[in-house]
Amino acid sequence: MTARVGVVTFPGSLDDGDAARAVRLAGAEPVRLWHGDAELHGVDAVVLPGGFSYGDYLRCGAIARFAPVMEKIVDASRGGLPVLGVCNGFQILCEAHLLPGALTRNQHLHFRNRDQVLRVESTSTAWTNAFQPGQEILIPVKNGEGCYVADTATLDALEAEGRVVARYVGGNPNGSQRDIAAITNPAGNVVGIMPHPEHAVEALTGPSLDGLGFFTSVLKHLVGAPA
Amino acid sequence: MPRVVVDVMLKPEILDPQGQAVANALPRLGVSDVASVRIGRRIEIDFTGEPDLDRAREIADKLLANPVIEDFTVRVVEADETVGAHP
Repeated sequence: MTARVGVVTFPGSLDDGDAARAVRLAGAEPVRLWHGDAELHGVDAVVLPGGFSYGDYLRCGAIARFAPVMEKIVDASRGGLPVLGVCNGFQILCEAHLLPGALTRNQHLHFRNRDQVLRVESTSTAWTNAFQPGQEILIPVKNGEGCYVADTATLDALEAEGRVVARYVGGNPNGSQRDIAAITNPAGNVVGIMPHPEHAVEALTGPSLDGLGFFTSVLKHLVGAPA
Repeated sequence: MPRVVVDVMLKPEILDPQGQAVANALPRLGVSDVASVRIGRRIEIDFTGEPDLDRAREIADKLLANPVIEDFTVRVVEADETVGAHP
């Protein structure tokens, strides 16, 4: 049976269309979820896409966290539902306390938009099992508030528990502590990533096809294939 | 009617690039005796009845501030002390 992967649209989401396309190219059925949905329509996984939900008012992701669909996603993620938050989606996951730390204004204050090399450091998550440990991938980064911060104890715990999923290589685009580009929760089902895998799934539009691995990973995870 | 004011500031250990950018612009105004600038957010809350500080604290903790990176203070002021108040 084809896996059904939900893609949430908040007011101000930008990359929901690309995320749904990436899901389709990976071989799954994208299911569009609305921020006001009080149910998840039986999806097997969820992507929170990039954009500027609720205009980034107050703080990025702070208001999206209270959307009805987020309550369901938070509950389901505790039961193991794979959730990938990209960019604004990562910010929402931090605001919802599904991931530790916070994303703050880029240290240099500039919006950064470029193709970025990442090193995949954890391949035991639901969203990265298709990669090799240490594999370098090229996907676009585009953010104004992508500087990952957390206190030292949290950063040390993330490193010790293998929960840093990817780091920036060849230049840190936003000042993130310890070059962190992506992290996961202790169970490995929730992943937040600042750069955009959904923009690197086709030769015509992306710098590589490396982003597709995130979406094929979750399909492998859902059929129970060993990571 | 009194009003609740919530001030939200980045924690001291969190870099404030906006404040730094403002501080760096001050020499262009001829100001050279400012050591640092930090930028926060002030939120004014009007309750339908009496101002409720405990409720305001809860709102600040859950929504207005992100305790990972920000501290907040809550206080009651007379409405005519607040910014933009109309007589």
